[in-house]
Amino acid sequence: MFKMFKAGNPFRGFRAIFYKEALHLRRDSMAIMFALAIPILEMIILGYAIDTNVRQVKTAVYDQTGIMESGNGTQGSQQSRALLDRFRNSDTFRIYRYVHSDAELTQEMVAGRAKVGVKVPYDFDRDLLRGGSAQVMVMVDGSDSSVAGQSMNVAQAIGLDESLRRMLPPGSRPPIDVRPKVMFNPDSRSPNFFLPGLMTVLLLFVTTMLTAFSIVREKERGTLEQLFVTPVRPLGLMMGKIVPYFVVALVEMSTILIFMRYVFSVPIHGSIILLFALATLYMFVQLALGMLISSKANSQNDAMQRAMGIMLPTIFLSGYIFPRDTMPLIFYLMSFCLPATYMMDIARGIILRGAGLAELWLNALVLLIMGLGVLMLAAKNFRKMIV
Amino acid sequence: MPAILAENLVRKFGDVTAVDGVSFRVEPGEVFGFLGPNGSGKTTVIKMLSGILPLTSGRGVVDGIDVTENPDEVKLRIGYMSQKFSLYDDLTVLENLRFYAQVYGLKDAEAQKKIEETMQRNAIEPYKDRFAGKLSGGWKQRLALGCAMLHSPKIVYLDEPTAGIDPVARRKLWDLLFDLSGQGITFFVTTHYMDEAERCSHLAYIYYGKLIADGTPDTLRELPDVQQPGTQRFEIATKDVTAALRRARKLPFMRSATIFGRSIHALVDDKITQPELERELESVGVHAEEIRPLMPDLEDVFVELTYKHQAERETGHV
Repeated sequence: MFKMFKAGNPFRGFRAIFYKEALHLRRDSMAIMFALAIPILEMIILGYAIDTNVRQVKTAVYDQTGIMESGNGTQGSQQSRALLDRFRNSDTFRIYRYVHSDAELTQEMVAGRAKVGVKVPYDFDRDLLRGGSAQVMVMVDGSDSSVAGQSMNVAQAIGLDESLRRMLPPGSRPPIDVRPKVMFNPDSRSPNFFLPGLMTVLLLFVTTMLTAFSIVREKERGTLEQLFVTPVRPLGLMMGKIVPYFVVALVEMSTILIFMRYVFSVPIHGSIILLFALATLYMFVQLALGMLISSKANSQNDAMQRAMGIMLPTIFLSGYIFPRDTMPLIFYLMSFCLPATYMMDIARGIILRGAGLAELWLNALVLLIMGLGVLMLAAKNFRKMIV
Repeated sequence: MPAILAENLVRKFGDVTAVDGVSFRVEPGEVFGFLGPNGSGKTTVIKMLSGILPLTSGRGVVDGIDVTENPDEVKLRIGYMSQKFSLYDDLTVLENLRFYAQVYGLKDAEAQKKIEETMQRNAIEPYKDRFAGKLSGGWKQRLALGCAMLHSPKIVYLDEPTAGIDPVARRKLWDLLFDLSGQGITFFVTTHYMDEAERCSHLAYIYYGKLIADGTPDTLRELPDVQQPGTQRFEIATKDVTAALRRARKLPFMRSATIFGRSIHALVDDKITQPELERELESVGVHAEEIRPLMPDLEDVFVELTYKHQAERETGHV
């Protein structure tokens, strides 16, 4: 009757566990939410709502040159109007209001209605005509660093450009002409930057969290103890737990890629097969991490906290949102310990830069080594758990 | 061939010896009651004899298979049910059964046959599409036992199978156990219920890793430690037992006395006759409505054994 078993198949019990996990998954609407609904929601938020490019910053203007002529104040001098038009046309600033006093200008900034305040003084025209230096004050709200940085840079560039235009003879060209070309993401679109990263982070959620939970749940219920008394082998148990969530992760990844390509029009420049192959390596590391967590944690709460210990660093240090190169050294070094760091590079590399295995083999190798290491650790802990 | 043979089982966890030289022998078809306080090593012994916990030393043979040499084969020959009933709440009755059929590697046709048999024997067929989490305790227990026995094991371990189950379900389970043991299946049962212990055909008592009693309920009752020479037991029915107990304990020949419901169980010197006892009780103001001689019950047995060994542990005389 048990002839097949006596061969000592190390994966014994895999089919049974797989069958059961598939049933759990079908019943567990939360897990499906987690795997499919949340990614789509997050893609929509990141793809549509969040734009890291600073545009149309609300700007208040106090133009003293116009006060004399009209009570309305919109009629500034010709020179000041020309300057303010440059601000308006830059796409960075949106002048939404003219004010009539320093106090009002400050008030707009304090109230947060204006992120930028521009003050053109009375003697702006006179100083310009005299050939001296005419001052324009630009106040920037520093509470959002990316808005502040971009506003300052653009305001200074406008000033420099206007100055050059006045100093150079008409028709001549500046001696040095820098022509920047943004490669791989020519329009600097946010979805191109965010979505490959989002894919990496979301895959982490499904793989690590769901696997960890599925085992810890059995610990809590006492069913794991029961499984140990059955002929199910540890490897069969682990694989039976891993494979269903791996399938879920693949479905999730495909969904994300389809959305990315056809809804957010992010072109995929590299090989999609290579992307799946390397993502499989990444998922392998994360699934093993889930196993490791579940072998240590004794409750779902405990597992959640341990999983958070991986997820938060991943979000902040893997280069998903903040560039790794500008991190303090210690955090930069820490980022090398995160599997997501390597996958982030792989995803952006293949999707945006069209990179191939020739460029990415080191990342793949690191993931493979990490995966084997974590799996070995997890298997060791698993054996201890049985006893 | 015994169903289970334990020879000098020892299991250490670091410096702690959880199981210390335990030996016993269980014959096929016995209902073997394995008793002992919590934390005394009952579950550890079950794990050692299930092939999941390696022995530090000693030998365990289950259904003719050595647990150290071939633990995987042992797992195929035993059934195991814990007090948690190890079912998957979000799977239906039928799905739970199918899962365990797969776990034990039953072929489809055989699995089908076994599942139907199990459902019929436990009258659980009408509920087959119900989620296991929605079953009452008694039904859960019957389903769990069904799952643990799908592969027709000859030996079944039941770790506190009736904890938290109502009396009717408990009675039904024991009837089922006797029915199955009549067919040659051996049950290894741990329990804290003395009425269940009374029903076992073979009992053993483990205390801090050591086996301190092994035999049928009747032989245990006659152990010298329990039935101390020169003593006898009486049941004394009286009004206001609490006050009566306090007074009765003052009598010089009274070795020990405890309350059982509305009467007192007294251990007295055997030189005292029943009429003398009655007179002595009257002299301290206790009017006995009825006095009758008593056999020690199993609770007395285990309480006595525990006290004796506790004292030995404390004095360092082991």
